[in-house]
Amino acid sequence: MTQDAIEMIDVDKWFGDFQVLKGINLNVKPGDRVVICGPSGSGKSTVVRCINRLEAHQKGVIKIGGVVQDGSAAALEAIRSEVGMVFQQFNLFPHLSVMENLVLGPMKARGMTRKDAEVRAMKYLERVRIPEQALKRPSQLSGGQQQRVAIARSLCMEPKVMLFDEPTSALDPEMISEVLDVIVELAEEGMTMVVVTHEMGFARKVADQMVFMDKGEIVETGTPEDFFNAPKSERTQAFLKQILQH
Amino acid sequence: MRIVLSLAALLALSGCGSSDIWGWYVVNPMTASGWTNIKFLVNGMGATILLSVIAASISIVLGLLVALPGLSERRGIRAINRFYVEIVRAIPLLPMLFWVFYGLPIVFKSMGLSIQIDPFWGAIITLALSDSAFTAEIYRAGIQSIAKGQAEAAKTVGLNYFQTMRYVVLPQAIRRILPPLANQFIYIVKMSAFASVIGMQELTRRANELVVTEYRPLEIYSLLIVEYLVLVLIISAGVRWLERKMGSDERG
Repeated sequence: MTQDAIEMIDVDKWFGDFQVLKGINLNVKPGDRVVICGPSGSGKSTVVRCINRLEAHQKGVIKIGGVVQDGSAAALEAIRSEVGMVFQQFNLFPHLSVMENLVLGPMKARGMTRKDAEVRAMKYLERVRIPEQALKRPSQLSGGQQQRVAIARSLCMEPKVMLFDEPTSALDPEMISEVLDVIVELAEEGMTMVVVTHEMGFARKVADQMVFMDKGEIVETGTPEDFFNAPKSERTQAFLKQILQH
Repeated sequence: MRIVLSLAALLALSGCGSSDIWGWYVVNPMTASGWTNIKFLVNGMGATILLSVIAASISIVLGLLVALPGLSERRGIRAINRFYVEIVRAIPLLPMLFWVFYGLPIVFKSMGLSIQIDPFWGAIITLALSDSAFTAEIYRAGIQSIAKGQAEAAKTVGLNYFQTMRYVVLPQAIRRILPPLANQFIYIVKMSAFASVIGMQELTRRANELVVTEYRPLEIYSLLIVEYLVLVLIISAGVRWLERKMGSDERG
């Protein structure tokens, strides 16, 4: 039996008195491509942020590559070496060039030499198809390009799992596909990923597990065929009806 | 600048007349004794500058160390920052100076330490402590103005807390921190005048001493004010230059 890449068992989380996650159970096996959707405020971003411990959960168990996430240094180390993250707002470092954005982690956290880190950075910039932008500042790039740089920055740490938190929500419509194409390619190469998104066409194409969340709960999970063609829950039906109308 | 110079000229001119208010002879560069007096006064400049620069340097480091716990998510750690800032900010400089200069050696002695505090270091400790509460607040505001997502992104590429501060947050915050920090330096320069009361031979002390022997307070203190003005105006020009440089380098 292979080790689950991510395992969430009965996870609860509160922000003050407000419970954002209620009994979340989620298993992601190596190579799985999980897409989480749901209305805003449903807790889908929080799930992703708990997986890499940008937020701490209060109850339940989260394991990354079999390591229980308890906030200890060793557990954090496991996350930082295995899990990459792409944010809605890109969060590139504006004071650094694209290249410096990419080599910072490998050099400072992994102790790579500049030369090795730059070779690796160029490899991933080519992968996201913007090697010619290496010396520019993030602010000189379009939103789509910035998000592709952010993906490359994550890949430079060579994670086993990639988390995407609404990677196209802050983009102009004409730039969405260039970012999604890169993510689809990664999926085809076998990268394990958890994607929070409203892009249902993309979800249909890459997901092998759909997760629908509402009010802090996982309402329904299933294959894309079942999920889109025969949603079981009424809430899922209502959500899909709304989102697919457009 | 122009206004200041014309004002100085006006004052000087009025002194040239037969008025019995002004007696500029005391600092007249044309006479030997006047020139000696000027040199005596201006020679305090070095001590004032040295005092201010060392105190400011300590305050810049101390302020950052005080600011960092203020940015913690844990209330207990944040309380350390609030406690320090509120207390230190509330103590007037002069009482603090007396406490450090006259009181602290007694504390040291009771602890079995034979540490003497001379006026120079007494003044530096006091200025640095007093100023650090303000620089801490400047750092805190500057660092908090950097979006939370920056530190989060740094974490996800494996940087630890200090690397995140060193490579990601502080380089961005420094543009917002440096101008008010430089401004704070002006405050230190002016407050360094208090060092005169514990016998530190800086600008104000020398003016006081000369007044006692020459009995010409109006002229001597006028010159003293001009000395501080020149010093502060030079720093101000530097601050504005810095602000322009930082502003033009600001990118999204």
